[in-house]
Amino acid sequence: MTDLDTFRADTRAWLEENCPPSMREPVRSEKDAVWGGRDQSMLSPDQKAWMDRMAARGWTVPDWPKEYGGGGLSAAETKILREEIARLRCRNPLNSFGISMLGPALLKYGSEAQKLEHLPKIARGEIRWCQGYSEPNAGSDLAGLQAWAEDAGDHFVVNGQKVWTSYADKADWIFCLVRTSKKSKQGGISFVLFNMASEGVSTKPILLISGYSPFCETFFDNVKVPKENLVHELNKGWDVAKYLLGHEREMISGMGLGGTGGNPLIEGAIATIGLDADGRLADPLLRAQIATFEVRARAFTAMSERFIDELKAGRAHPAQPSTMKYYGTELNKARHELIMATRGSDALEWESEASRGGAAARQWLRTKANSIEGGTSEVQLNIIAKRILELPS
Amino acid sequence: MPLFLNDEQAMLRDTTKDFVAEAAPVSHLRSLRDSNDPTGFSRDLWKQFAEMGFTGILVPEDAGGLGLGHVEAGIVLEEIGRNLSPSPFLTTAVAAVEALKGTAHAARWYPGIVAGETVAALAIDEGAKHRTDIVMTATRSGNGFTLSGAKQFVTHGHVADLLIVAARTGGAASEQDGVTLFAVEKDAAGLTASPERLADSSIAARVTFDNVQVDADAVIGEVDGGWAPLNRLLSAGRTGASAELLGVGGGAMDMTVGYLKERKQFGVAIGSFQALQHRAAHLYAEMEVARAAVLKAAQLLDTGDDRADGAVSVAKAMTGLATTLAVQEGIQMHGGIGMTDEYDIGFYMKRARVLAEMFGDANFHADLLARKSGY
Repeated sequence: MTDLDTFRADTRAWLEENCPPSMREPVRSEKDAVWGGRDQSMLSPDQKAWMDRMAARGWTVPDWPKEYGGGGLSAAETKILREEIARLRCRNPLNSFGISMLGPALLKYGSEAQKLEHLPKIARGEIRWCQGYSEPNAGSDLAGLQAWAEDAGDHFVVNGQKVWTSYADKADWIFCLVRTSKKSKQGGISFVLFNMASEGVSTKPILLISGYSPFCETFFDNVKVPKENLVHELNKGWDVAKYLLGHEREMISGMGLGGTGGNPLIEGAIATIGLDADGRLADPLLRAQIATFEVRARAFTAMSERFIDELKAGRAHPAQPSTMKYYGTELNKARHELIMATRGSDALEWESEASRGGAAARQWLRTKANSIEGGTSEVQLNIIAKRILELPS
Repeated sequence: MPLFLNDEQAMLRDTTKDFVAEAAPVSHLRSLRDSNDPTGFSRDLWKQFAEMGFTGILVPEDAGGLGLGHVEAGIVLEEIGRNLSPSPFLTTAVAAVEALKGTAHAARWYPGIVAGETVAALAIDEGAKHRTDIVMTATRSGNGFTLSGAKQFVTHGHVADLLIVAARTGGAASEQDGVTLFAVEKDAAGLTASPERLADSSIAARVTFDNVQVDADAVIGEVDGGWAPLNRLLSAGRTGASAELLGVGGGAMDMTVGYLKERKQFGVAIGSFQALQHRAAHLYAEMEVARAAVLKAAQLLDTGDDRADGAVSVAKAMTGLATTLAVQEGIQMHGGIGMTDEYDIGFYMKRARVLAEMFGDANFHADLLARKSGY
């Protein structure tokens, strides 16, 4: 056996022993997902155990260096771990913007002190982060942001408003884009970190069409931010912001994969519509739509594997996250349209127990934001056209 | 194994890219068509493929080949697709070689294939749409079998030295048991191959078997057990056709993006218009997804993974969808000039249609995947 074969066997055995059976069931609602943070009172014992066991091995962030709480695994080992997790259908032990967005940016741009302070807490799920990017007048035109950070000696004083801040009301800290110069649009932006418990921070959840409030308006009223919390150089936050956006898009594109454990589209279709005598879905037109969708979904799974492999090997095109984000989110919207179509009026119930509180309908509505958040599909197409196809302006 | 080409494979791609673009660009296809060439491909080019080692790419080393895999075969096919190079490579060096692998026929046919002298054709399809049903019969007679029936869409069938024929020795039309695969030589009595030129200028034969007598040793593998070699043939053919489609779609896309940068209207390059940029970018995304699907299928076939069959269907369906989009957008974005015979983009559309149909179209494979998923 090669070293990698041994690693695979050991990993499989460890996961089988340590992943509680309930953590191998599909994630069915928002509260099934573990986000970590200071307040972990809502976690079930299994959720907590699964997160803590994975974190203890550094496997919530398998390819981060060990000194920052990671597993220190090579690209090949990380891939094997991922495959074995998928094989056992284990849930993600820890959903975290710290892992998917801030962490990679700090690893590249953070000071040693910042890495040592923040990364291990992210890896262990102790601190939950939110992202302060969009503003009421800076959406697709993100660099037009206005939240102002005034230099006050050893700290900044931040004033302004963010919007579409995911889970701001539940987050412990924020990574935030602020304006530190008015001389240049992109060249006047800085990237800062601060505690959401700071005086002057307030949040207001936004009620969405799904009936949920995953996003907030976030207000800063004379918030003191120590200068040691500036990441990278002053007025160079746009570099950090763009790098982080690539990781955000990668994360959002993961929605195109449809999660681990079973295939809710196919299972739901069979349960609701039934099979004919030949074993085919009894609605031939829906069957054809699902089958064609599944071709794209499975091809996109291969695309994701390829993208991650290329990324780890440092050979992905820097604009390729835009391709992933565009395709993955459009796919996810299509998936939920089909889920609604296959389940018919059962899926329309908004509150009933049978519908688990309208889970399918609310998820369907939630996916409509996929192609807007993190840069709209149209912004991604612009990026592909300009940076990959090199079409003229 | 990472899902990208390793260093040796990347080197093969670079060599192949240069070679095929030089030896058989689209103008080569055009001249064969314009001269109404009765063979449908250049035998000189087939010899050159042998000199490059391409013909033996899937032939084991101890049989004189390179002993490489479907990933490498796909690299060659993608360049064939990109240049629309007419070649018996897919039927002969990929599908036939895989069907014969590990059988007594390998020793008989591999040397000629590796040398670029032998051409093989696949007599599988019996109707206008590819299906896995086999109706054509092979009945025992004397020391062998009598073949009766008809096949169509037999690419290169009119010039092939070897026909690989699927026939039924038992069971019902849709059953896998009872299929037997035969190696039939071109001069067999009662065998008629009528060449038909297709829309893309390639030539496929309608082949009739009028009580064709073959010896028992014409059987590839086991009597009634032809499904195994047939499935090897189909998996290799489908993956290969997917790689070729990727090349056709990629070639059409590159040509179209190039045109968007050159063509001026209203005083600016039309590629500066967002309406066209978004369509080109969407096409790029579809082609990238298709590319990943093809490499995945080839890798799984090469490692003998039991998920390979599903991945092959995903690849064939996805390249069918993506390349169909590429050639349609290609003509539309070229505008009027795209409709002219003088311009090459139309050749891409025609080739894509033929390859999309070959070994099952996107609907065929989506249906296959659905059945495997239990719906």
